[in-house]
Amino acid sequence: MLTKRIIPCLDIKDGRTVKGINFENIRDAGDPVELGALYAAQGADELVFLDITATVEKRKTLSELVNKIAHKINIPFTVGGGISSVEDVSVLLQNGADKISTNTSAFKNPQLINDLAKQFGSQCVVLAIDTKKEDDGEWYVYLNGGRTKTTTKCFDWAKQAVDLGAGEILLTSMNNDGTKQGFALDITQQLSTNLPVPIIASGGGGTMQHFKEVFQDAQADAALAASIFHFKEIGIQDLKRYLHNQQIPVRLWEK
Amino acid sequence: MKLVIIKYNAGNIQSVLYALERIGVEAAVTDDVQQIQSADKIIFPGVGEASTAMDYLKERGLDTVIKNLQQPVLGICLGMQLMCKHSEENDTDCLGIFEEPVKKFVNPPQGPAVKIPQIGWNNIYDLKTSLFKGIEENQFCYFVHGYYAALGQHTIATTNYIHPYSAALQKDNFYGVQFHPEKSATVGEQMIKNFIEL
Repeated sequence: MLTKRIIPCLDIKDGRTVKGINFENIRDAGDPVELGALYAAQGADELVFLDITATVEKRKTLSELVNKIAHKINIPFTVGGGISSVEDVSVLLQNGADKISTNTSAFKNPQLINDLAKQFGSQCVVLAIDTKKEDDGEWYVYLNGGRTKTTTKCFDWAKQAVDLGAGEILLTSMNNDGTKQGFALDITQQLSTNLPVPIIASGGGGTMQHFKEVFQDAQADAALAASIFHFKEIGIQDLKRYLHNQQIPVRLWEK
Repeated sequence: MKLVIIKYNAGNIQSVLYALERIGVEAAVTDDVQQIQSADKIIFPGVGEASTAMDYLKERGLDTVIKNLQQPVLGICLGMQLMCKHSEENDTDCLGIFEEPVKKFVNPPQGPAVKIPQIGWNNIYDLKTSLFKGIEENQFCYFVHGYYAALGQHTIATTNYIHPYSAALQKDNFYGVQFHPEKSATVGEQMIKNFIEL
């Protein structure tokens, strides 16, 4: 049976893993290569590695770091941050990334998704969306690491991106991110039940029960979290055993 | 021992190379016929689309070379599918080593729809041959695919997605796995070691 994936996210700034609260107040959380290897050994199903400063400072993701991670990690991993061209992706894949994620650049130039899917296959194109629920009750797309609001609704953009060739969607709720109050179940469910690609829910996971809810109630295919893993608030193995006991299919880690 | 990875227009070669490196094995990546033919073992990787990949192999005469290899060959993902007779992906005639047909995943008319392609970790069972030596039934492997090889006489591992299908195939010196052993944690590493020790 296909299992639900648990994905630790490593936000990278200047070569270190960091984690902010509501996209601000960045704290240091260690060496990404070591952390990645540790998570893989603990039974993480996949890793996401985002250069969070890349878009803003117009830097390219550090391909050298990707290469180091690729040498060490025996599970799939996604790289994102500042990817704006086929050439950017080509470099990252050559350095060992399995998938790439694109966010602001794809929104500004949707053709990029199509070009990437054609060149490398949809399986390696993850569209990341930062979304926020406004007072009108609708979820809108935000760009530039959550700094820039758009008038586009999250579902509309997600659907368009899937039609263009995005293979998975990494959905981050800005309302929930860093709060540890649970994932955004409504928008996750809307995307997951209406789109034919896997949805990776992100933002708000603080307890094991939150993961159960996002899989069981919102039908997410994968759940992503950062600080609760980095600061050892929840162990990956403990989380998977809990989910297994709740009848949620997960890859249990056998030594 | 000389290990060769066949180079062609289908991705994931780097990941295979790094996985080999992690278990301490060196490999050459090449499309040179002589190097391929003289290797002790050959890995035929692949992520991509069947007809484009077959065209590339045919243009270089690699289709005939691969079919006639006598040493152990391991096809991965698209590599395995190309070793089958025919793929529904753009109605492509493939190498014809395994008779099992490659078909597209289709959701049944009734019941809950699943996502296609399958992406993620799924369990493998009914394991046969020494490729799975030391690997228990129902261990998990990482899959990414929208087409599958049906069950048949060459099936040596089974997985279930919508229905049971071939997670691995074997005929004589030819082995194929639908999943990515190079991305399947320690279980995948064990399989790569097993292949090297065949």
